[in-house]
Amino acid sequence: MKITRISRASGVALVAALALAGCGSSTNSDSSSSNPAAGGSSSGSDSGSGSGSGSGGAADCFTGNLKAEGSTAQQNAIQQASSSYSQKCSGAKISYNGTGSGAGITAFTNKQVDFAGSDSALKKDKGEPEKAKQACGSEAWNLPMVTGPIAVAFNVKGVDKLNLTNELIAKIFSGKITKWNDPAIAKENSGVTLPATNISVFFRSDSSGTTDNFTKFMNTTDPTDWPEKNSKTWTGKTGQGKAKSAGVAQAVSGTDGGIGYVEWSYAIQNNLKVSKLNGIDLTADSVGKAVEAATQSGTGNDLALKLDYKTKAQGAYPLILVTYEIVCSKYSDPTKAKNVKAFLSYMASPEFQGTLTKIGSAPLPQSIQQKVATAVNAIS
Amino acid sequence: MTSTGVSASDSLPGPDGSKPEGDNASTGRLGDRIFGGTATFAGLSVIAIVVLIGAFLVVQALPALTSNNANFLTSRDWQTSDPMRFGVLELLWTTVSTSLVALIIAVPFSVAIALFLTQYAPAWLARPAAALVDLLAAVPSIVYGLWGSIIVAPKIVPLQNFLQDYLGWLPIFKPVAGISNGATIFFVGIVLAIMILPIITALSREVFAQTPAAHKDAATALGATKWEMIRTAVLPFGKPGVISAAMLGLGRALGETIAVLYIISTLPGGTAWTWSLFNGGSTFASKIAADAAELTPGKSTGAYIAAGLVLFVLTFIVNAIARVIIERRKAFTE
Repeated sequence: MKITRISRASGVALVAALALAGCGSSTNSDSSSSNPAAGGSSSGSDSGSGSGSGSGGAADCFTGNLKAEGSTAQQNAIQQASSSYSQKCSGAKISYNGTGSGAGITAFTNKQVDFAGSDSALKKDKGEPEKAKQACGSEAWNLPMVTGPIAVAFNVKGVDKLNLTNELIAKIFSGKITKWNDPAIAKENSGVTLPATNISVFFRSDSSGTTDNFTKFMNTTDPTDWPEKNSKTWTGKTGQGKAKSAGVAQAVSGTDGGIGYVEWSYAIQNNLKVSKLNGIDLTADSVGKAVEAATQSGTGNDLALKLDYKTKAQGAYPLILVTYEIVCSKYSDPTKAKNVKAFLSYMASPEFQGTLTKIGSAPLPQSIQQKVATAVNAIS
Repeated sequence: MTSTGVSASDSLPGPDGSKPEGDNASTGRLGDRIFGGTATFAGLSVIAIVVLIGAFLVVQALPALTSNNANFLTSRDWQTSDPMRFGVLELLWTTVSTSLVALIIAVPFSVAIALFLTQYAPAWLARPAAALVDLLAAVPSIVYGLWGSIIVAPKIVPLQNFLQDYLGWLPIFKPVAGISNGATIFFVGIVLAIMILPIITALSREVFAQTPAAHKDAATALGATKWEMIRTAVLPFGKPGVISAAMLGLGRALGETIAVLYIISTLPGGTAWTWSLFNGGSTFASKIAADAAELTPGKSTGAYIAAGLVLFVLTFIVNAIARVIIERRKAFTE
């Protein structure tokens, strides 16, 4: 009997060990799940930035550590910037933790990081500018740095090109149009044979800045069909939710009749077809025009932008997301100021901005690039 | 005989009735104290941690629960910004139904595997085969999630269509429009079944292997065939063990996060209620994980923590049931 007891105990221990192993791996995988995509794209772009760095090389170097945290939308861009920057300046170590805009701003106001990446400028109604001001001991600035266009990706057998208007997008994503051969879609796509397939709408099941911007876009451009206010979680009444941009992209590519909104980079990586918006193709150029059409809502060197989704600017693709770096205008620690300045002026440089298209982001238009460079220079 | 740590020869009872005293040689030694202290510390700290987690969940959840405008247990809404309206009914249903589907599939399989490994397989095969089954438990759940959602889910659609066509009159197999590519509760249940299989198999195997040889020999001597011997001697002996193994597996299935998050399609708000397994949804864990990136301290986070509290209690109940069954078994066999 004693033997029985021991072996039973070992059985329980074994089960416990297995259960623990399961727990451990699930938490590990949680943190690493976003890395493969990020790693893949940054390594893919290394060669491009490497060749560019030979000619430029005007960047100031610093040695030491720079810590930042925030938006996942600009994680790829920052990773690329930090890898090409540290090729020039071997002593510089930049770590960026893609935890989400909210977490980044919290870390910034708690003085845990040197600057924060965010999908939106600091929000007055949440008291964020005041908190940031307190943490810095000076004004905090929002500096637009990376433009992430949102692509409306679709997968319909036999359809290669699609043009959707603001109204059609709102109607499709609110479930008012349910068939691909709906006359309203056909009207905008003469010459394209649309099948009678059902439209399968995919949205992000996780809380995300992309959803926030996309719903804001629909609410602004077509409030009759999309009356709900913008929200980080999907407020629509139709569709299926998928985890992360990768999940949406994969669901669209695996479903005939699927449509979804993803960051441009995911549409490129998954070879998805991207719809035109009001007849405008999604290109770095058309995105730049939309950024140019935005008005500055901040004052002075605070470059918070107010995007105009309804812009009439020629050839502009206005369904975009501008991500910001949130910095102190005056750091209490002068070395920190120097480090932030050196790295951000590299990011704002035409040399780096030019490489952004490769990873599915778009460069800032020149006029804004200059403003950002001036603001970065004014950091002390 | 049991060892008390005190040698009997240390002293004898005195004539005045005084009790024998030890010389404290064994209890006072440094090694004893270190070992005893470490064990006590480990035991107490684990209790403290569980109690603290429970307390943390309650404290964090309370502000959200008090400003909730919907019934926390029966509402299907999930709105965590003001005015807050959230309830766990749908999360509870998805969590429990995926886990039950997993259990219904995994338990018969596990018992069959365990019987094969302990009763049928030759020794040279039993050991490597058992190791392979255990290896299933070492596969990270993200791998199950990606494998499930990319490779297997589309292939499960014909099976789902078959069930819908022939058993669609059952509420749980009723066809649901709008969930494509097999990203359903039913399929999540299948993947969870594979994930909990090794746990249930390992424990069942241990229990079956312990069947007293006398029982088996007696059954065989009475003329039982191999299968009859298993049915009359091995299975009754192992039954409580299998049940508690199933409960441990259920505990893991209830809490599985990443695999569920990547496979299942979530539903937009206001979708009509259905009992069908071919619907999408969110489990407690996948819902929390989905929104974790944007959680900031405050009331809205409290709603998620309250959901976590329900999961905590649910898992606690399942484990308590398992424990009760293990205890009852002890009474019968020893």
